[in-house]
Amino acid sequence: MARKISMRQAINEALDQEMTRDPTVIVMGEDIVGGMGGEGEKDAWGGALGVTKGLYAKHGDRLMDTPLSESAYIGAAVGAAACGMRPVAELMFIDFMGVCFDEIFNQAAKFRYMFGGKAQTPVVIRTMVGGGFRAAAQHSQMLTPLFTHIPGLKVVCPSNAYDAKGLLIQSIRDNDPVIFCEHKNLYGIESDVPQESYAIPFGEANVVREGKHVTIVTYGMMVHRAMDAAAQLAKDKVECEVIDLRTLSPIDWDTVLDSVENTGRLVCVDEAHPRCSIASDVSAKVSQEAFKSLKSAIQMVTAPHTPVPFSSALEDIYLPSAEKIAAAARKTMAN
Amino acid sequence: MSKNPFPLDKQGLLEAYRTMRTIREFEERLHNEFAKGDIPGFVHLYAGEEASGTGIMMHLNDRDRIASTHRGHGHCIAKGVDVKGMMGEIYGKAMGSCRGKGGSMHIADLSKGMMGANGILGAGAPLACGAALAAKFRGDGGVGISFVGDGASNQGMFLESLNLAAVWNLPAIFVVENNGYAESTSRDYAVAVDSYVDRAAGFGLPGVTVDGTDFFAVYEAAGEIIKRAREGGGPALLECKMIRFFGHFEGDQQTYRGKGEVEHIRAQRDCIKLFSDKVVEAGVIKRPELEAIDKEVLKLIDEAVATAKAAPMPAPAELLTDVYVAY
Amino acid sequence: MSDKRIIPIVMPKWGLSMAEGKLASWLMKDGDKVKVGDQILEVETDKIAGAVEASEAGTLRRRIGQEDTIYPIKTLIGVLADDDVPDADIEAFVGAYVVPAAEEGEEEAGPRYEFIDTGTGRLRYTKRGSSDNAVILIHGFGGDLDNWLFNADALAEGATVYTLDLPGHGQSTKTVADPTVGGLAKAVTGFMDAVKVDKAHLVGHSLGGAVAMEIARTAKGRVKSLTLICSAGLGPDINMGYIDGFIGASSRRDLKPALENLFADSSLVSRQMVDDLLKYKRLDGVGDALTALKNGVFPNGKQAAVLADALKSSGVPTLVIWGAEDKIVPAAHAKAAAGAKVEIIDGAGHMVQMEQAGKVNGLIKALAGG
Repeated sequence: MARKISMRQAINEALDQEMTRDPTVIVMGEDIVGGMGGEGEKDAWGGALGVTKGLYAKHGDRLMDTPLSESAYIGAAVGAAACGMRPVAELMFIDFMGVCFDEIFNQAAKFRYMFGGKAQTPVVIRTMVGGGFRAAAQHSQMLTPLFTHIPGLKVVCPSNAYDAKGLLIQSIRDNDPVIFCEHKNLYGIESDVPQESYAIPFGEANVVREGKHVTIVTYGMMVHRAMDAAAQLAKDKVECEVIDLRTLSPIDWDTVLDSVENTGRLVCVDEAHPRCSIASDVSAKVSQEAFKSLKSAIQMVTAPHTPVPFSSALEDIYLPSAEKIAAAARKTMAN
Repeated sequence: MSKNPFPLDKQGLLEAYRTMRTIREFEERLHNEFAKGDIPGFVHLYAGEEASGTGIMMHLNDRDRIASTHRGHGHCIAKGVDVKGMMGEIYGKAMGSCRGKGGSMHIADLSKGMMGANGILGAGAPLACGAALAAKFRGDGGVGISFVGDGASNQGMFLESLNLAAVWNLPAIFVVENNGYAESTSRDYAVAVDSYVDRAAGFGLPGVTVDGTDFFAVYEAAGEIIKRAREGGGPALLECKMIRFFGHFEGDQQTYRGKGEVEHIRAQRDCIKLFSDKVVEAGVIKRPELEAIDKEVLKLIDEAVATAKAAPMPAPAELLTDVYVAY
Repeated sequence: MSDKRIIPIVMPKWGLSMAEGKLASWLMKDGDKVKVGDQILEVETDKIAGAVEASEAGTLRRRIGQEDTIYPIKTLIGVLADDDVPDADIEAFVGAYVVPAAEEGEEEAGPRYEFIDTGTGRLRYTKRGSSDNAVILIHGFGGDLDNWLFNADALAEGATVYTLDLPGHGQSTKTVADPTVGGLAKAVTGFMDAVKVDKAHLVGHSLGGAVAMEIARTAKGRVKSLTLICSAGLGPDINMGYIDGFIGASSRRDLKPALENLFADSSLVSRQMVDDLLKYKRLDGVGDALTALKNGVFPNGKQAAVLADALKSSGVPTLVIWGAEDKIVPAAHAKAAAGAKVEIIDGAGHMVQMEQAGKVNGLIKALAGG
């Protein structure tokens, strides 16, 4: 039965249920247990922000703390996946991808194709993304577009607890490598989540609000900003359709195109930088496939092409706001 | 028949010889075919290094996994990958091991425990740790073996893996195939420590150095290390000092090598010749028995090349299969 | 407030989770004469759209709620009164109207989802009312107890109304040990044992109708009456395109067109209805349960259990209700229920109990009390 839990709890529950269901599921990462080898408490941390807390007590050595060696343990997860396990490796922050990218994009992503379809690599890389945490330039990035560029990877970024649980379960059961992006500012957000296990299929966007005037396409934390913008616009009788992509690879073009064909207006919102982003990708696709439906120029609301600043005064204006999204939507309505 | 002084019975010795000969014939044929311009892309040959791969792989079964290098043909053959499929792959044909999608640097056969040759130097070390981890969880006594050259032994991925394997006490074995050159750069220039045994010790795992041209030295050292790993004794490093008959890749003029170096090693340190002389001198195997194997191997490689050349290319539709495609 | 001549029209509470609703449109205008059962206005919730029907007669004196506006439940949105009530009194009533506060412990006292362990596994149910006269509402294939959103409260005015999720459905166990009409009938009698109901009026919708008939056939003593709504079990035909489409759909885009078959007015299929069903269908075990039921209940694309003859011989008082525009089970099957009272309702499809709730509720009350 459903009850309200946070996205943090939902992710924990997904890991717990999949580890219980399938003995090949193992979980590894830096401090995902915490306190290993010390004299104090085991399971001291449960991950940097406590997402895996409590799982060690239930599943013991199937949760492994790792040395600070992202290449080695992410690569080991990939190797174990190619040998019949279903590892879930936590890369604490997506910003750390630079020290282990080869094992993800040259190894995990390519095995199935490069080996002629005779290999599968069911590995999940859980990683924290996004800004608004005052974590500065190397712990705040939204690097999803780097991964969507790579064929063979699936890229997921849930916006709420229900989606996080179902998408993580699907990620674990999926036979391809999945980059599972968890927005650190959403961990505490609660929604109704069934206690039972369930999987949300990839490539299925969620229409979180229906509307006939403007389509807003986004994912992750920006879904909430877009919903705030839609609520503001509704007061002026501008009805926004807000689409939460949920998975960025594969991506649900049908839902996006259907919506734009109805509204004729599009705002793409992305917490990533503007160039070669999810927003520019969606813009390009809609221009190609639904040009005749468009009543006005597509608008993009993204972070600027700068590193993520530290100071709250700067970070607050770095992140796309509901006001900026609403302004962009109004701009599409002006023509 | 004299008493057999070797650690393998006659059948085992003949098998080892056949494997090494198959690798040699495969690589020399590729060298010639490449010169004719029939083979696309980059090809890195294992000729001269056969004793290493063969001496290690003789201890393994299909549940043991290896992560190979860009110079992977020998590892593939020794691990039991189908030779015709390999040749087809190198020619980029649909009947290739990877259906023409991998090529020389990515031949793999997971069903044989061959996790792939690898175009990224050092990337196989974490993968072998993963294979070892999987074996440990399954409790099936399997091992994961990473091959690197002396060049990739300097990669962070490799060094991190030594530590990870030691920390997790994995049944992982790191084989450094030290042929003296990282591409054109000599090992002495690029590796600061004199001995890989020292480097292993620095990561808290035992290391052994052997003459990689001596099949029996490799076979015995590998046997001990692998047995130890299977029994839960943890990881180890094995350095095989060996030689490369050909250049880094086909087309390499090898101007960096000393004058007469290649001629000398071919005459004096050919691991197959050394092996043959030993087993014949000991009276365990007669030369005609080896020559009979030579003929069979030659026939196999002839067929493999002919089959590969005649085989159809992959259909255009194959471009978009075996991967999630969305754009 | 205590002016008995003036009847407030408020935002209704349909189902346990409804907190607010949108006044979609007024179906009547100020001054219109209203009879009991007339549809006065249309309300949309995130789950379903439906009409608010008059519970008493009068004149629609004042439309307070604005169209296209969301109001919390129990908000005063209109006023009924006889023509002789002066405008000033209406004015005073509206001005003084206070939304009744939720009484202390109302959440606990009111109906809520409960779970009970039975021989066929854990079942979810609701119970409303506290009379000796028990009514059990049994949903159909792929449905759940919320299919009775517009019926349970109305029927509970004079009966104890149970709704339940059959095995494989809603939030009940996803294990369907015996995926046949007989197996489901045993699950319902097991449920009656567990909640200590010896004998009840059974109201079955679609597959739930066949289940109710099977209980009447095998355990006649436990059935006071049967109400069969767009029921299975009366003939061989079944829209397998719908069944397969429902089972196969994994996305909104696929499921929505399938669900549109259920209603005469396909616009009733809301975003939330599709979402809720997708959430159900994604649960582990649901796909297997539905497929097993399909194979057990509709083998070879036909209904396996045709119970019309048994129904006749059972002698149980029977009411058959059908939506004239049912696209799932043909309304023509109603003819097979010999001896039963048959009501075919225009402007409604397979989910007639939702589309024409007032009429259906009236018919059931006449048979089963409440």
